[in-house]
Amino acid sequence: MSVSSVFPQLEQLLPRVSKPIQYVGGELGAVVKDWDATTVRWALMYPDAYEVGLPNQGVQILYEVLNEQPDVLAERTYAVWPDLEALMKEAGVPQFTVDAHRPVHAFDVLGLSFATELGYTNMLSALDLAGIPLESQHRTVEHPIVLAGGHASFNPEPIADFIDAAVLGDGEEAVLEITGIIREWKAEGCPGGRDELLLRLARTESIYVPRFYDVDYLPDGRIQRVVPNRPDVPFRVHKRTTMDLDAWPYPKKPLVPLAETVHERYAVEIFRGCTRGCRFCQAGMITRPVRERSITTVGQMVKEGLEFSGFSEVGLLSLSSADHSEIGDMCSGLAEQYADTNVSLSLPSTRVDAFNIDLAQELSRNGRRTGLTFAPEGGSERIRKVINKMVTEEDLIRTVVTAYSNGWRSVKLYFMCGLPTETDDDVLQIGRMAHEVIRAGRIATGTKDIKCTVSIGAFVPKPHTPFQWAAMERPEVIDNRLRMLKQEINSDRSLGRAIGYRYHDGEPSLIEGLLSRGDRRVGAVIRRAWDKGQRFDGWSEHFSYARWVEAAAETLPAFGVDLDWFTTREREQLEVLPWDHLDSGLDKDWLWQDWQDSKTEFEQDDCRWTPCFDCGVCPSMDTEIQIGPTGKKLLPLTPTNGLRSPAHTH
Amino acid sequence: MQRIRLRYAKRGPLRFTSHRDFARAFERALRRAAVPIAYSQGFTPHPKISYASAAPTGVGSEAEYLEIGLQAEVDPAELRAALDAALSPGLDILDAVVAREGSLADQINASRWLLELPGVEPRTAAEAVAAFLAAEEVLVERMTKQGRRSFDARSAVTFFAVTKQSGAPSEAAAAPCAIIDLVVRQVTPAVRPDDVLSGLRVVAGLEPPVPARVTRLAQGTLTPQGEIVDPLEADREGATIGGL
Repeated sequence: MSVSSVFPQLEQLLPRVSKPIQYVGGELGAVVKDWDATTVRWALMYPDAYEVGLPNQGVQILYEVLNEQPDVLAERTYAVWPDLEALMKEAGVPQFTVDAHRPVHAFDVLGLSFATELGYTNMLSALDLAGIPLESQHRTVEHPIVLAGGHASFNPEPIADFIDAAVLGDGEEAVLEITGIIREWKAEGCPGGRDELLLRLARTESIYVPRFYDVDYLPDGRIQRVVPNRPDVPFRVHKRTTMDLDAWPYPKKPLVPLAETVHERYAVEIFRGCTRGCRFCQAGMITRPVRERSITTVGQMVKEGLEFSGFSEVGLLSLSSADHSEIGDMCSGLAEQYADTNVSLSLPSTRVDAFNIDLAQELSRNGRRTGLTFAPEGGSERIRKVINKMVTEEDLIRTVVTAYSNGWRSVKLYFMCGLPTETDDDVLQIGRMAHEVIRAGRIATGTKDIKCTVSIGAFVPKPHTPFQWAAMERPEVIDNRLRMLKQEINSDRSLGRAIGYRYHDGEPSLIEGLLSRGDRRVGAVIRRAWDKGQRFDGWSEHFSYARWVEAAAETLPAFGVDLDWFTTREREQLEVLPWDHLDSGLDKDWLWQDWQDSKTEFEQDDCRWTPCFDCGVCPSMDTEIQIGPTGKKLLPLTPTNGLRSPAHTH
Repeated sequence: MQRIRLRYAKRGPLRFTSHRDFARAFERALRRAAVPIAYSQGFTPHPKISYASAAPTGVGSEAEYLEIGLQAEVDPAELRAALDAALSPGLDILDAVVAREGSLADQINASRWLLELPGVEPRTAAEAVAAFLAAEEVLVERMTKQGRRSFDARSAVTFFAVTKQSGAPSEAAAAPCAIIDLVVRQVTPAVRPDDVLSGLRVVAGLEPPVPARVTRLAQGTLTPQGEIVDPLEADREGATIGGL
């Protein structure tokens, strides 16, 4: 049965909402397929506003991988702002995809990419607008499978009631395997209904179906155990790892929006994974091992991506881009190729050393200089040892001064507040460091015309990291430290004038902490907060701390726990954590040891350059580090003459 | 430096493209199509593109205009085809001519608009239009950057009539739909089609049940006979190049 577009109804509403262009699709790279000519249909959602969701790499990659299959259709949907949500409810217009404006409830799968937990309430709004029951148990064979992915799905327990399944790890191969299972099940006439399909997914041992697991609690509120409630599903669900990134050179046809979005660039992931071992960093822990994309593939992707998209900016992305084994050749090669163009090249925030300045120098050869950002994360030498961010104060000052000497007038520095073992003095040290940076910079450049920006946010402990046991600091303490830091920065008026200060309050982070390390009982809090109108948790103008606190106070006491219990409480070694049955490959004993090392300020090296320290990932996942150097060079660009007629994908 | 003037359309769903959105998409299209665009001098060079007055967001158009400066000469017909292929369908490049002299703005002093009012009886619309035309002055209000201001919407209107095609709109066959032909001169402050629709509310209490659908059909020089001359005519040396 074919499915028609809801655009004629939506069109009536668009003149009444802000930025209607975000709801009409029409991007370059968008694919619209004949509904009836396909057998498996995916609606992919990034549960935030279009301007944030459209550039998301994960969604773009899966969209392209899926649409390359002839019998598969993938479309995208994003969170609609409250102004349109209200009009859609009034007019009975359902949650729709932007590609062909088809109703989301008609698809086989609604795949949600959760980069953070702050999209949970937006998922509920989308389900509600789509006419899909909010709770998994109320759905029938008529409804899509609601599937969570992204980093937050490494602990999907807080949304266990709302999703049908979760995938841990890399999605490229996972979406194809899931498609295969659905294709087969549909071809057989959907035997056993929804439960049978979920069972087939669960049997892969890499797809988690919460309803097949029971959670038992101890009288004090802690978890006693999480066990399968049927014999044919695995005790632990394992993450996915896509090896050989050269075999997956996506996005090839990046989506180019008409609406303004947060990133307007061609982004290429130069490697995946990171073994720097920063103890707060969930991304670095759950994406191991390091897998590099080769310099030749990166060069080819940049060339084709720019030609296809018309973007004038390229981002060389990864968790620590300067660590690519051929980053020097890559940067100089790209700078050479785009020297006479208006293309600007950038590396994201980088670790603190002079090598990064060389790279940034290379990339700005055509005069297009992008900002420099360093992330020392901690203000004192001591706290940097606690978090395993190995950089000395001397290194930092030397690096920033080198940047000033090379013509950068402004540098951004990122920090965190509320780290384990942190004292007031650790935070105040940030101010002293910033003073020193400006003082040394003025001497080195002989000018007062230099600035730095200190940007600081509250630390949120995440599952599958050595800090998963840590207590969060209370928001009042965080906010007080942020105030003291401001005073410290301004204690010297001359230096203080050259230092910009940006910070995020402690309150939203406490809620993020609840959602990150929560268990299934937190689902009631999410539901209650959403019922009270909570949406768009990542946006300060929409986030209400009071609403979340109320929702927690109304729901958690029934379970004998509260907001503090989930956030400011330190966990003990033997406590069963809500995500222990979800296998990121990291050995829990190793994580615990690293947590102990952190308290004694013992640093852990990177396994790319020192022997393996047995974090557990490679042997348990049957993976290995994939790094160069390959010794190859970027392929030279072939000069083109005359106008180009880019092919349409429509 | 070769200068080329282009006529383009904003159609269907892409009529919700704002002018800023279009400008970004057009610059990317120039790069996709490898057009040898000229850049301004200075610390941050900008591509040489100048726009004639753009239709408001949400309003469709068959007659938007812009001019670009090029470093190297290109064939206007090839340029039109390459740029059209480089833009999303719905943002369509219709025509291209080499600019001769003067500026585009000098060739434009009026627009013709098509207003579709689903759910409005043609007769009701005709009465409202007649009331509007009979008035000396029709004061309407609009939010501008300077705040709410009041201005006359009547004097800029040179032609205003319900057309014979009025009847069923494309989407809902059963409902009535008034279709209006409107010509407005360019004045300051600008009188836009929604201001004229506000005028219908002021003079006759006309409140369409759903938002009107508006399309700019033509832009150019208004002749004494009430016709609008395509601003690219002046640049064209007899032969039609590309386009419709």
